[in-house]
Amino acid sequence: MQQLLTYIPTLPLIGFIVLSLFGRKLSKPVIAAIGAGTVCIAAIISIVLGIAFLQTPPSGGAWQQLLWSWFKVGTLTVDISLRVDALTLVFIFIITFVGALIHIYSTFFMWRDADYARFFACMNLFVCSMLLLVMADNLLLLYLGWEGVGLCSYLLIGFWYDVPSNCRAANKAFLITRIGDTALLIGLFLLFKELGSLNMTTILQQAPGHFAAGSSTITLITILLLAGGMGKSAQLPLQTWLPDAMAGPSPVSALIHAATMVTAGVYLIARMNGLFLMSPVTMAIVAIVGAITLFVAGCSALAQTDIKRILAYSTISQIGYMFLALGVGAWSAAVFHFFTHAFFKALLFLAAGVVIEALHHEHNIFMMGGLRKRMPAVYITFLAGAAALSALPLVSAGFYSKDAILWYSWSAAGGSPVLWFMALAGAFITALYSTRLMLVVFWGEMKTPIHEQPNRGMIIPLLILAFFSVTAGFIEWPHNMFQVTLFADHVQRVLPETLMKQNEPSEALLQGIAALVTLAGIYLGYVLYYGKSGVRWQQSPGLSATRNFLFSGWKFDQLYSFVFVKPYLFLTRINKGDVIDRLYSAIAQGSMRMNTWLSVSQNGSLRMYIVGVLAGILFIITLQLFL
Amino acid sequence: MNSAQMVLLVATVLFTLGLVGVLTRKNVIFMLISVEIMLNAAGMAFVAAGSKWQQPDGQVMFLFILAMAAAEVSVGLALVLQIYHQHKTMDVDRLKELRD
Repeated sequence: MQQLLTYIPTLPLIGFIVLSLFGRKLSKPVIAAIGAGTVCIAAIISIVLGIAFLQTPPSGGAWQQLLWSWFKVGTLTVDISLRVDALTLVFIFIITFVGALIHIYSTFFMWRDADYARFFACMNLFVCSMLLLVMADNLLLLYLGWEGVGLCSYLLIGFWYDVPSNCRAANKAFLITRIGDTALLIGLFLLFKELGSLNMTTILQQAPGHFAAGSSTITLITILLLAGGMGKSAQLPLQTWLPDAMAGPSPVSALIHAATMVTAGVYLIARMNGLFLMSPVTMAIVAIVGAITLFVAGCSALAQTDIKRILAYSTISQIGYMFLALGVGAWSAAVFHFFTHAFFKALLFLAAGVVIEALHHEHNIFMMGGLRKRMPAVYITFLAGAAALSALPLVSAGFYSKDAILWYSWSAAGGSPVLWFMALAGAFITALYSTRLMLVVFWGEMKTPIHEQPNRGMIIPLLILAFFSVTAGFIEWPHNMFQVTLFADHVQRVLPETLMKQNEPSEALLQGIAALVTLAGIYLGYVLYYGKSGVRWQQSPGLSATRNFLFSGWKFDQLYSFVFVKPYLFLTRINKGDVIDRLYSAIAQGSMRMNTWLSVSQNGSLRMYIVGVLAGILFIITLQLFL
Repeated sequence: MNSAQMVLLVATVLFTLGLVGVLTRKNVIFMLISVEIMLNAAGMAFVAAGSKWQQPDGQVMFLFILAMAAAEVSVGLALVLQIYHQHKTMDVDRLKELRD
């Protein structure tokens, strides 16, 4: 059974190699079969493996598969070696299963695109890199996957590269995540310097003996790892790339920028939980970053008009929830929110892709409307996704995961009422913008005629995802309702248990407040945006300043442009001539000057040469006489 | 002033004449002749020195100079002929191709 592990990342890799080498020669059905087929088989294998894992957990809690030794330098040995434990299993399941559904959807979505093979080659490479990232047993292999997903994200954001703004978005995504990647790499160097190993099991075993809890070294290392996670997961202050990354095709947004890659930071922190637990400062920073991000991004989502940008900001906000949960020590709640979020956010992006395609590439939600009757299947699935996003009590998966985070953000050992309040405000905003999105797109009058009905092959993945968006939460109930904690039991084989405060507040009370706030958000959205009032509200002049501020994502782009880009351009403008180069050009210019002086003597006049010879002779004779 | 000094004086005058000729003349042939004069002045100085110390070396040296001058003139005249063929002039001031 364990031997099957290798095939999970290898199949997409084979798909990538075949498609990138022979993609131009293959027909579209063959490309679709290879591109989607490899990921589907990987998904089936991972489900089979998952069942086997749950039935007979391996000794030591993990399957380990050494493929080959990557390199050996001195004492450092890096292996290409896969390790699958309970946490990795969750990620593998999401990556391959949601990935397979998105691939199936893409075979129809991208059908008319000329670069069909390139698209699937990049997607397969992405799935392979992401699987490597989560299955790596050492941090260097993880870093390889980490960079691989970054590359694929770049390639796929700029997939339609003949539009310059898409290329700019791709560059922006690559450069900003690179800041985080560099921090992560420095963190790995520090870890290796301290512990002499990059193997994750070894690191987690040796760290408690090597570092003093709360020492500055461990804080520095964890902050560097966190910075890497913030770049990839689009957390404040490195979040600005994700809304622009929506320039890519919708399946790319669903797979990379909602379900999998952007949660790599969550995986990294959850995987390195032993290190983070030793530094309370970093844990507090993780929680605060998450809380601020979820609030800031949620507010920005309120003011957007582009359907995909709304979803992008909501993704940032939901990952903020995961960071908040990690920061307060609610490890399993964070991973559970990743689990449910992958379903409903992938669903929302795919449904948005269908809507955009059906309406002649219209992105503005205020140009949509009235799709409820005309596209019932999309409407129902989108409703399931939006309900899960706004955490509608009891009937949506998002409720079970988000409610747990809200509860832990107060009552877990690292929690506080302030964090809880931020999360609560975020929940209100989430419900508000989800309702706004739903009402403006699907209710009201039709403003753009439907250009064509979506293909049935695109609807089936939506239905499957919608099913999971509703039911995925049922495997983990709040403690005070049913004692069903399948998910927590599963991941807590790897992750530490959540420590609670001594006198925690009543769980039922907090749940009630959270549910009320969510319903209040939905009701406010209904009041503001139902019927014609939505447009009026959107155009009211009194709020235009606030709206513009939120629309531009709290002016972070302008801030960075002012703080980093402008000074840099100013310096480059000053240094146009290159200060260092001055020295060398001075030497060259001096030689040229002497050349002009001396070449005066080289005038071709024989008489002057004779005078020169004579002067030389006289000079030598004079020297002879006087010395 | 003894006879050796007198001869050296004549040789100096002769050398200066030759030098001035080389410096001032425009025609290449005259410059060549002036160089011959300078050679002869040097040869005269050798002969004077040989008679002063009663040694044959001075006259031997003069014979060397004579042979060298003959060779030099033949080579020099050949060059002058080539210059004239190529540039149709004997004026050194107009022969400034080396400058470029």
